[in-house]
Amino acid sequence: MTREVGISGIGLHPFGRFDDLTATDMGVVAVQAALAEAGVGRGEIQAAFCGTAYGGVAAGHRVLSALALTGMPIVDVEAGCASGGAALQLGVSQIASGQADCVLVFGIEKMPRGVIRSSFFAPWQECAGLTPAPAYFALRAQRLLREHGLTSDHLAQLVVKNRANGALNPDAMFRSAVTAEQVLASRMICDPLRLWMLCSPNEGAAAVVLRPARDGDVVVAGVSLRSHLPGSVLGEDSPLCGIDDTTITPPTTRAARDAYEQAGIGPDDIDVVECQDTDAARELLTWVELGLCAPGEQARVLADGDSELGGRRPVNPSGGLLSKGEPLGASALGQVVEIVRQLRGTAGPRQVPRTRVGVSHVIGRGANACVAVLRQR
Amino acid sequence: MGRGGSFGVTGSDVTSRLVTVDGDGAAALIGGFSATSGLAHFPRQPVCPFTGADDIVDHTLPRTGRLWLWTAVTAPPPGYTGPIPYGLGVVRLDIEPALDVVGVLTVADPSTWSEGDPVEVTTIEVPGPNGEPMTTWAFMPRVSP
Repeated sequence: MTREVGISGIGLHPFGRFDDLTATDMGVVAVQAALAEAGVGRGEIQAAFCGTAYGGVAAGHRVLSALALTGMPIVDVEAGCASGGAALQLGVSQIASGQADCVLVFGIEKMPRGVIRSSFFAPWQECAGLTPAPAYFALRAQRLLREHGLTSDHLAQLVVKNRANGALNPDAMFRSAVTAEQVLASRMICDPLRLWMLCSPNEGAAAVVLRPARDGDVVVAGVSLRSHLPGSVLGEDSPLCGIDDTTITPPTTRAARDAYEQAGIGPDDIDVVECQDTDAARELLTWVELGLCAPGEQARVLADGDSELGGRRPVNPSGGLLSKGEPLGASALGQVVEIVRQLRGTAGPRQVPRTRVGVSHVIGRGANACVAVLRQR
Repeated sequence: MGRGGSFGVTGSDVTSRLVTVDGDGAAALIGGFSATSGLAHFPRQPVCPFTGADDIVDHTLPRTGRLWLWTAVTAPPPGYTGPIPYGLGVVRLDIEPALDVVGVLTVADPSTWSEGDPVEVTTIEVPGPNGEPMTTWAFMPRVSP
């Protein structure tokens, strides 16, 4: 990058279900908080990017219109579950390239209830029963369990870890710890995935203000967005066919390699991670795809508590999407907000000690994957 | 072209585009094949979805394969009004190089299936986009020799 990019303000509207609020209302809360923290006044924002998948036409404009903050380019960014990450990547490039000195990046979402309906599929595919996202998660989970020596008990342990962290996060949707027995007794959705092993699509907003880095800032040391290479029948693009995918590098790994290279780090340098846990198996696969552990090593990591708060390298200290729920456009920036808090040392009871480098990761429909490396300047 | 990757299918006309049934009632999937890439795919697309090669011809895929991955869908996904629960799986067709195809399974209960179970293509009828009957493909335990 030509200019180092700092995060000078963060804002969040809690993730959950808010019957009386619109996505615009929640966006206003998050944007106002980020601007206030950054000390950014009227006329200073030179570009704005809004991540949203279900927000509709000019959703970002609606938020900034409500705040009388229009005039600059405002671009809505849709990249499935990675929408907020894609918006961040665009915002960072504006600062890094010198095109702008102050960029607002935010994400908003108010998801319909129930299984996500996606315009990604043709109507006949829906009628034929070929579109349920949890079923595709389940097929991926079954393969992971088989090939990485894992069982449903490990999926339950993963949920227990994230829900324990979520119990410490006032911005999460589910703020109670659970036991493995409770997880394994929850309703079967798509074998082997039970209800509590799947995140809930929900509502929320998050925002960050980007500027050329100043001393004391948390900086975006690397950020990369990648789509899938063709071939895997289990890719997030949900193809109807696939070939041997053992030599096809998944989009998360490709985004991670690029982001790590930009930041000049390797997996061993990472102190804290926020990653996509759409379902419990997705997080266990993501560990491998991000280079946090080797294939088949997840059971040991779980047993040793390495990924728990207080462990060697906590993953999803916020509680993850399993605790927060997933507002598609906002979820990636919610992770960034958590990593910034961790790096600033303001994460309260969830604080991971001695954090210098944090990574956020989202993967979803498209397929799109985004990995960001943040660090203290 | 409607929403998503419609594969040339509009309305409920899945069978004539994606599935063929012979005089004995045996069903097979209609895919594409590229001599350049040496790979089959399903459904047929304008170019090979794996390599981009554009020398695509119709290719009737082998009607048998082995079950690789499977689950059961226990709640109706948006737009689906067929029976619940239903099975969904990935089948490795009897073709080289290997081709994995997604399909509904005629047996929903996951505990009845094992990795490598022999299966074959069949057809099932479900309500289509406008409520009209729509015939689509599914995999069932193999009965053919």
